[in-house]
Amino acid sequence: MNRIYFDHAATTPLDKRVLEKMTPYFCEMAGNANSQHYFGREAMKAVDEARDKIATLIGAKPSEIYFTSGGTEADNWALRGAAAAYGKKGKHFIISKIEHAAMLSTAADLEKQGFEFTYLDVDERGMISTKQLEKSIRPDTVFIGIMFANNEVGTIQPIQKAAEIAKKHGIPFFTDAVQAMGTLEINVKELGIDMMSFSAHKFYGPKGIGALYVRNGLTLGRLITGGHQERTKRGGTTNVPGVVGFAAALEIACAEMEENRKYVTRLRDKFISRVEKEIPYVKLNGHRTKRLPANADFSFEYIEGESILFSLDLAGIAVSSGSACSSGSLEPSHVLLAMGVDEALAHGSIRFTFGKHNTMDEVNYTVDKLKETVARLRKMSPLFAELKGEIKNV
Amino acid sequence: MYNEKVMEAFSNPKNVGEIENPDGFGKVGNASCGDIMQITLRIENDVITDAKFKTFGCAAAIATSSTATEMVKGMTIDEALKLTNSRVVEELEGLPPQKIHCSVLAEEAIKAAIEDYRSKKK
Repeated sequence: MNRIYFDHAATTPLDKRVLEKMTPYFCEMAGNANSQHYFGREAMKAVDEARDKIATLIGAKPSEIYFTSGGTEADNWALRGAAAAYGKKGKHFIISKIEHAAMLSTAADLEKQGFEFTYLDVDERGMISTKQLEKSIRPDTVFIGIMFANNEVGTIQPIQKAAEIAKKHGIPFFTDAVQAMGTLEINVKELGIDMMSFSAHKFYGPKGIGALYVRNGLTLGRLITGGHQERTKRGGTTNVPGVVGFAAALEIACAEMEENRKYVTRLRDKFISRVEKEIPYVKLNGHRTKRLPANADFSFEYIEGESILFSLDLAGIAVSSGSACSSGSLEPSHVLLAMGVDEALAHGSIRFTFGKHNTMDEVNYTVDKLKETVARLRKMSPLFAELKGEIKNV
Repeated sequence: MYNEKVMEAFSNPKNVGEIENPDGFGKVGNASCGDIMQITLRIENDVITDAKFKTFGCAAAIATSSTATEMVKGMTIDEALKLTNSRVVEELEGLPPQKIHCSVLAEEAIKAAIEDYRSKKK
């Protein structure tokens, strides 16, 4: 069976050029970057070069880049590190309701430790309000964290404006840029970002490697204690092939950004327009224009997301469901609920995220299969039956 | 996560639809929880001669609806009332733990349909 992958927001396949750069560091150059001998020095050289490259690509200094195991660790570190460093000064944090679970469940932990969180609302398109952000600031606010772009619905947040507000009040500003990195131009200095998490596997790099950018001069407590790696801020043997792959992937992503963005946007827009034209009772979730180029998130009325997911999977198409039924709880997506999407409709949501290896043929085949699937499941749905008579040609 | 039997019941479900003027009608669950199951029964002399379902829900909900309706066909209503969700799960050779509630829904829908039949008979 031909398999089609439309789940690039979950992870992307490694670019083969990246793999080539990584390969020597698994076997021939497998030294520990902290060793003093030849092998160690060669590994450290590769890590330093990678750090320089990544720093330059995001407008930072190499000393501001700390490698982590990925986005989740970087999010944890930013929150817990800020709690440790600023807890005496203030206990109030501001984040949004639509952050990734790495942020939300860490926040829940910190609340148990006595910290207070304000969760910013979003509008029906998934956008925060900078007015509400400014109003939420208190004298004891010590952290503001807004994701750059949402992983489910793709809405791109007003990061520059949010960072300006934070700066005006002298509060460190963090952004989770895991979904945006490699797709949108991000310059931390121009945008006024103090801390930022990002992860290599979202832009055709390897899994298991990410980074936290921390502006020089900003103090942050440690998350992982250990040896002297990462200027004593993050212990653990450096993932040298990962770091090398991370830098190579970001370099390619930035060099080919414009071209890939155009290509993926064309696929995505074709998909959206065909779905909206050919399938009745659908709703595009998120913002029409301020949206990640790869993202199309739809709710299909009267049917449930997981059954759409598995029907498409049987047809060889891999997508993701915002429906919680697949993740084991009965709660639908917290992002859609925050956007005010009706619970039943939220259960029927599917995320399609496109990538540079996808083709227009795959898009067209998927719309065809999706039409069949939706019609088949609606025929089975008691909710849809209630509307029968009013509806023709489903 | 699903075994082949569940996937087969989901992709080629039996008894999809609605019996017109059914002898028993049961509908359980709600849309905000993500599953609704509706079962209609044809019952002759207290024996279930036909069963159909309509389900809004995940793959497991559809698979259990198909299997449960298939199982009750030919049963007397007393036998059908004794059909437990674990028998349905057994028939499907297992469901992931977080999907067991789907089989409970199927059991409840059948019970509701039989209750409806009995209340109409009175």
